[in-house]
Amino acid sequence: MTRTFLTQNRSVFWFLLALGIFALIVTVLSDAAGNGMISTSFVKTLGKTLCLMLVAVAMDVVWGYTGILSLGHMAFFGLGGYMIGMWLMYARTEIIVTESLLAAAIPPTPQEIHDAIGTQIFGVVGSSEFPAIWIFAHSFWLQIAMVVLVPGLLALVFGWLAFRSRVTGVYLSILTQAMTLALSLYLFQNESGLRGNNGLSGLQNLPGLDDVPQATLSIAFFWASATALGLGYVLFAWVTSGKFGSVIRGIRDNESRVRFLGYHVEGYKLFVFTLTGIVAGIAGALYYPQAGIINPNEIAPIASIYLAVWVAIGGRGRLYGAALGAAFVSLLSSWFTSGAVPSVPLGFYTIQWTDWWLVLLGVSFVAVTLLAPKGIGGLFDLISTRHPTPARVGDFGPDTGARRTAEGEEEK
Amino acid sequence: MKTLLEMSGVSVSFDGFKAINNLSFRIGEPELRAIIGPNGAGKTTFMDIITGKTRPDEGTVIYGEKSISLLKMSESQIAMAGVGRKFQKPTVFEAQTVRENLAMALKNKRGPFDVLLYRKTKRGAERIEELAEIIGLTDALPRVAGELSHGQKQWLEIGMLLAQDPRLLLVDEPAAGMTPAEREHTTDLLKRAAKKHAVVVVEHDMEFIRRLDCRVTVLCEGSVLAEGSLDHVTSNPQVIEVYLGR
Ligand SMILES: Nc1ncnc2c1ncn2[C@@H]1O[C@H](COP(=O)(O)OP(=O)(O)O)[C@@H](O)[C@H]1O
Ligand SMILES: [Mg+2]
Repeated sequence: MTRTFLTQNRSVFWFLLALGIFALIVTVLSDAAGNGMISTSFVKTLGKTLCLMLVAVAMDVVWGYTGILSLGHMAFFGLGGYMIGMWLMYARTEIIVTESLLAAAIPPTPQEIHDAIGTQIFGVVGSSEFPAIWIFAHSFWLQIAMVVLVPGLLALVFGWLAFRSRVTGVYLSILTQAMTLALSLYLFQNESGLRGNNGLSGLQNLPGLDDVPQATLSIAFFWASATALGLGYVLFAWVTSGKFGSVIRGIRDNESRVRFLGYHVEGYKLFVFTLTGIVAGIAGALYYPQAGIINPNEIAPIASIYLAVWVAIGGRGRLYGAALGAAFVSLLSSWFTSGAVPSVPLGFYTIQWTDWWLVLLGVSFVAVTLLAPKGIGGLFDLISTRHPTPARVGDFGPDTGARRTAEGEEEK
Repeated sequence: MKTLLEMSGVSVSFDGFKAINNLSFRIGEPELRAIIGPNGAGKTTFMDIITGKTRPDEGTVIYGEKSISLLKMSESQIAMAGVGRKFQKPTVFEAQTVRENLAMALKNKRGPFDVLLYRKTKRGAERIEELAEIIGLTDALPRVAGELSHGQKQWLEIGMLLAQDPRLLLVDEPAAGMTPAEREHTTDLLKRAAKKHAVVVVEHDMEFIRRLDCRVTVLCEGSVLAEGSLDHVTSNPQVIEVYLGR
């Protein structure tokens, strides 16, 4: 099956090859394992970009393939980040607190340690009590499970409510925006239990790995992100190929017709929405340790709109297009907003790119939508023939016992 | 011949306009039935009600041996219970190949997980070839459905209907856009399907109806005006007035 899957989806092979080569080049040029041409902070940027590419691929499956314009998938991404962040903060604070309490004359009880961790973490919001949602934060594995379960459950419940009442189109998009807005507003409150607008910080410091330089950690996370992207790509290529892909594209193009064929459309939407929500959560869990900090701003509605813009510019309906769009736009965005791009003096006015970048992005978005709806991915149609000539024209042999073309077609 | 579907006292109105008015209808299995009637008589709406697209304001629709009510079921459940439909305007998946269209319609488990783990079978492939042969689209199997002519899309839609292997086939204006030879072929197909299943055909073309050689129901303003053999209904003065006389 794997062989037919790979031959059927050549883009998977090329994508994985390109990703592998890219990862090797970055490693060779990195501080940790190579000649140091690429700074550690840039390795982190690249690692984060890989995570964004993964969530963009997920977005493409929801939007480009199934036709659900979700403008809330960055909420799942952020939740994944929060879930891993809880463990990172807890475990690291635990080490620090234990060390400082060890100096005391009387050895601390576990309860004292726990309380001290609470004071450390929640001091900024004027509290020292552990909220109930931190119940699993002490355990790496339980919190990893939360990375999958919390975004997955939110996607499942939200999707069930929305799809069951057959909310579609613009109304669904608005509903997803409302969801991510509500979540971010909730998290902004100090009482939310996730440190309000302070968010979770210091996530780049892995507990117990203080001796390992950031250069090494950054490469490790870079590889973890690349692996996740590769696996996610294969997963979604598998989901969107074959009969399942056929059904979800059918839903995108004419969902009531799919219903009359006997498919439970809402079930398919829910499946896709939840699966992509989970993958978005995993991508977020890899992203935020590289970013070092997460706060409710990351879940603001605009983040999910950017995600849709990346996918549109990359070209929806093909996974590598979405991945390239996310990489291209997010890297360009960090370049423009970093202030490194020279300003353009017009005499009467000077274009500062830190201000004008969003305008440029907006204009590009409109231009791509109107003029090149296939996006960046469409460029690949220029180098590869769109309707590849079949491997063999005619039957496989001269006599009637020979395999017929139709059999070959079926196997492809 | 046992009853497969029984509809009684069904009414539907759209914004106060009664599209279906106290309609009663029953069809057995196997049976072939033609429905005729002027434009706007409610023929398509009648099919919408059976397939769950439109919910009636009153009345009952009972289906199968267990006499289940279709009114409580969703569109996909009704389809899975064995009601297949060919739409008046051919609605195939234009961005997908003829083969993919047929494969999607093929009678198989329909759950997301079943479909995700679905593996192509030799039997399925053979069935697709067989259907393609019947609808004359063997050479077009790898083609994108959007490239087909109107008539070919009609055929593909009929092929998709047959692929579902339904017990009740609702066929809305199949002959539109077909050549006389193709019409003949279609009538043969429908008659063959009606040997085992219940088939309801809506059509304007009288030649086509005559060739079907079956019981005819005349719909007018949302209710049954006459029912019987084609000769019987066409000699009914009321029918002549509302439908044939114009
Ligand atoms: N969804 C709808 N909303 C409003 N009016 C409708 C709708 N569907 C059908 N109608 C009206 O109901 C009447 C019957 O339509 P239809 O069943 O399509 O007729 P037929 O197929 O016999 O030509 C027509 O007058 C049509 O305008
Ligand atoms: Mg009609």
